[in-house]
Amino acid sequence: MISISGLIGQLFAIALALVLAPLLAGWVGQCRAWLQSRTAPPLLQSYYMLHKLFHKDVVLAHGASSLFRTAPFVMFGCMVLACAIIPSLSTDLPFAPAADAIALVGVFGLARVFISLAAMDVGTAFGSLGGRREMLIGFLAEPALLMVIFTVAMIANSTSLATIVETLAHSDFAIYPSLAFAGIAFAFVSLAENARVPVDNPATHLELTMIHEAMILEYSGLHLALIEWAASLKLYAYSCLGLALFFPRGIAAGDSFPALLAAIPLLLFKLAIGGFLLALIETINAKLRIFRAPEFLGTAFLLAVLGLLVRLLLEGRA
Amino acid sequence: MPTLLPIDTLLIAASAWLAIGLLGLLAPRNSRFIATTLFPLGALVGMLVGFIALFSLGGSPQTAVLAIGLPDLPFHLRLDNLSAVFAMLVGFVAVGISIYAAGYFRQDEGTAPGLLCFEYHVFLASMLLVLLADDAYAFMVAWESMALSSFFLVTTNHQHAEIRRAGFLYLLIAHVGAIAILLSFGVMTANSGDFTFAGMRAQQLSPFWASVAFLLALAGFGAKAGLVPLHVWLPEAHPAAPSPVSALMSGVMLKTAIYGLLRVSFDLLHTTLWWWGVVALAVGLVTALFGVLYATVQSDMKRLLAYSSIENIGLLAVGTGLALIFHSYRMESLAALALTAVFYHCLAHAGFKSLLFLCTGSVLHATKERSLGKLGGLIHRMPWVAWLALVGVIASAGLPPLSGFVSEWLLLQSFLFSPGLPHSWLNMVVPVAAAVVALVAALAGFAMVKFHGIIFLGQMRDPSLKDAHDAGSWEKAGLVWLALLTLLLGILPSAVILRIDAATRQLLGQGLAERIGEQGWWMLAPISPERASYEPMLFLATIAASVLLGRWLVRRLYHGRMRRTTAWDCGYYFQGPRAQDTAEGFSQPIRRIFEPMFRMERHFPSARDSKPYYTVKVEDHFWHWLYLPTARLLGWVSDLITHIQGGRIAVYLTYSFFTLILLLLVARP
Repeated sequence: MISISGLIGQLFAIALALVLAPLLAGWVGQCRAWLQSRTAPPLLQSYYMLHKLFHKDVVLAHGASSLFRTAPFVMFGCMVLACAIIPSLSTDLPFAPAADAIALVGVFGLARVFISLAAMDVGTAFGSLGGRREMLIGFLAEPALLMVIFTVAMIANSTSLATIVETLAHSDFAIYPSLAFAGIAFAFVSLAENARVPVDNPATHLELTMIHEAMILEYSGLHLALIEWAASLKLYAYSCLGLALFFPRGIAAGDSFPALLAAIPLLLFKLAIGGFLLALIETINAKLRIFRAPEFLGTAFLLAVLGLLVRLLLEGRA
Repeated sequence: MPTLLPIDTLLIAASAWLAIGLLGLLAPRNSRFIATTLFPLGALVGMLVGFIALFSLGGSPQTAVLAIGLPDLPFHLRLDNLSAVFAMLVGFVAVGISIYAAGYFRQDEGTAPGLLCFEYHVFLASMLLVLLADDAYAFMVAWESMALSSFFLVTTNHQHAEIRRAGFLYLLIAHVGAIAILLSFGVMTANSGDFTFAGMRAQQLSPFWASVAFLLALAGFGAKAGLVPLHVWLPEAHPAAPSPVSALMSGVMLKTAIYGLLRVSFDLLHTTLWWWGVVALAVGLVTALFGVLYATVQSDMKRLLAYSSIENIGLLAVGTGLALIFHSYRMESLAALALTAVFYHCLAHAGFKSLLFLCTGSVLHATKERSLGKLGGLIHRMPWVAWLALVGVIASAGLPPLSGFVSEWLLLQSFLFSPGLPHSWLNMVVPVAAAVVALVAALAGFAMVKFHGIIFLGQMRDPSLKDAHDAGSWEKAGLVWLALLTLLLGILPSAVILRIDAATRQLLGQGLAERIGEQGWWMLAPISPERASYEPMLFLATIAASVLLGRWLVRRLYHGRMRRTTAWDCGYYFQGPRAQDTAEGFSQPIRRIFEPMFRMERHFPSARDSKPYYTVKVEDHFWHWLYLPTARLLGWVSDLITHIQGGRIAVYLTYSFFTLILLLLVARP
């Protein structure tokens, strides 16, 4: 049954995600600027942006339909749900049974379908181009992500994220070679899904290269703010998922208050390192042509399937 | 006073459908009477069938014998849990389609309304009889009347040559399949002369003959369902048929083939060999991948949906194959999981695919246009159809919280258990199959975004679309009913599985009910909550709460000002409808990535063309690899035979003479 302390912990985890997500995006931007010897924008730049966008009027295109106005809310809701069910501080999440790891992939899929449809809604050249490319990246990345999840699920004998983290973090230390393959595949998928170099570039409006930005060109004001917030929540969710699957040590098992308190700085530390690594990858790589993206994600898919086979072949029925 | 058993009620319902059809024949041109009285009556009967079947689930099998047909060959009928699940599907989906059809069929469309009403209701009744049949004879009679009535429905607009051609192809493949099914039954009777299913169950076939029977059944039912390579009739017949008929064929008729396959492989045959499952799994995977890839590159909205049906049939075959593999190793609890996924996907697909086909019907009525290249922006003119189609699209893309996701989730969960199989290479191949299923599911999302985005969103690609009108109230009611089914199947999975579990239990001796029943009704945890769980209600509630709370907070803290202007589009000035993606443009990445899978004829303009013209035509490899060579072979053989058939009576008499001598020699007592 849902306990009060569990519920508080759950709401705290959601609130933390909402607050930390823009900060994480800001931190990545700052690291990137440092690595590229530029003057960095303030760490809190994302919050200023959100505040500004919420204040602005919404400017809708004439051809925008009701779906166009609904999509940002749906995307935001999906990302909040994703952040709610991924164990970041503690595995005691009352909302976690709502969706296991497979359903989590479905949540990301739902958000993607809505935003791609919204991109096609106004009927501009860039919008439909962005929607098509997003679905292209999506159908390449989704199976790879599912295979990563399958590998981990076979180790933990469960697709429930809480059980996976408990198995990996709180059992005796063991080395799983399959996790190495799965980890690399997951990194590839996260880069693609979060519209990062080398698949997409969040900092460009160059028509031949953009994917995510092309989809949201027609959005403004409140809608744009929600989308930007949701995008940063997605980055946060993927980071937490990566941490939960591959570096789960430190995530509290129960709802004990001290363990929870100890988990917060550890999470911040891990996220900071992860954000720095992301900025590093983005700095040392060039953006791929859009038709190299299938090769990139195909590699991820292959690695994930290899991980699964390694799990079945080498690690036996442990 | 004798009590009215459910099977009797279902028979009465089937006769009621026939009677409604006959009434239609009496007033063939009175379209008003047919539309507003007969079709709604048919919907009521469908509702009756659905509820009777629903409440008969979990009961013991009931039999009946009808003394019609040939002397000494009465119809044996039986209602058990397996038939009840599919009868429920027929009933509930028929409700939506019949209500819709009340507003759909018009006077000026090919076949007279009365005849159409007759064919339609005969089609419904014969599908119900297929499910109730308990001997090979009754089964084949019902099966053939299903094929024939649907053939006439497909060729409703028979003045077009292409539609007659599509109908012929359908009839041909349906009969190739029927022959295979008949042979399969023949093998299963094993010379006993007993054509009842009970007699077949009593036979102990050797593994060889059991395999022959299974493979014949797979081919025969596969032809009806659209398994590769017998799928070619689907993308021809579905666009040719009127939309309610396409909905009925795709949503319901294809499921009768799945029913037949399950009936033969789990009920009539006792032995199950593991490689049967592998065959079904492999055929299913090829079918699913083939179907979804072709769905993404179509430019005709109904062909797109037809290929998507092929994909879903492939997924059903995958689930059946997986259940057979587990069943052959007596791992019944895992087989139950896979089989539940199959049942669930049958129900889910019946709901959402009928919904989508009916939506194309409304679009077709409003615009007279089937080609995606001339549609667009219809959400402004047809908001009801657009939003209801979105429900179907999300379910069809296998996304939560709607029905398609539940079955996909169950299927993937059963894949996760395959390492327990006591067969070394099998438990490696099966997870790789899961990878293909994941790819298929993701590609289905692509196809569905294309479907919805190109038809309903964007700018109108043709000026005439401005006059499009939303669906009428009958049509809307039918669509809403099917959308509700899709939603309910999505958010109440445990309740539904607890009902259909009786069928799983009948086939495998074990179900999922105990473990699901332990949890609350809102939670789906087929094994245990620690292992895997899915709560669509909480799922939906969390998303809805964050949406509403976010909206309220933003309104509260900021403002809700909004104004309209021209689109920004990076400042690009020319924003006509031709700047958007076409249907071909949208699927260009797929054609490029999966190039070897398609047979493409492309024409690229040269750089100096003053009027550049680009064409691409995508065709099915199987036509060129399989069907055209077979047709040529048949032509060659029949040419040979014409040599024997010279037309001279003396020669024929010689043939008869030699045949007689031969027979006397061979048939000597």
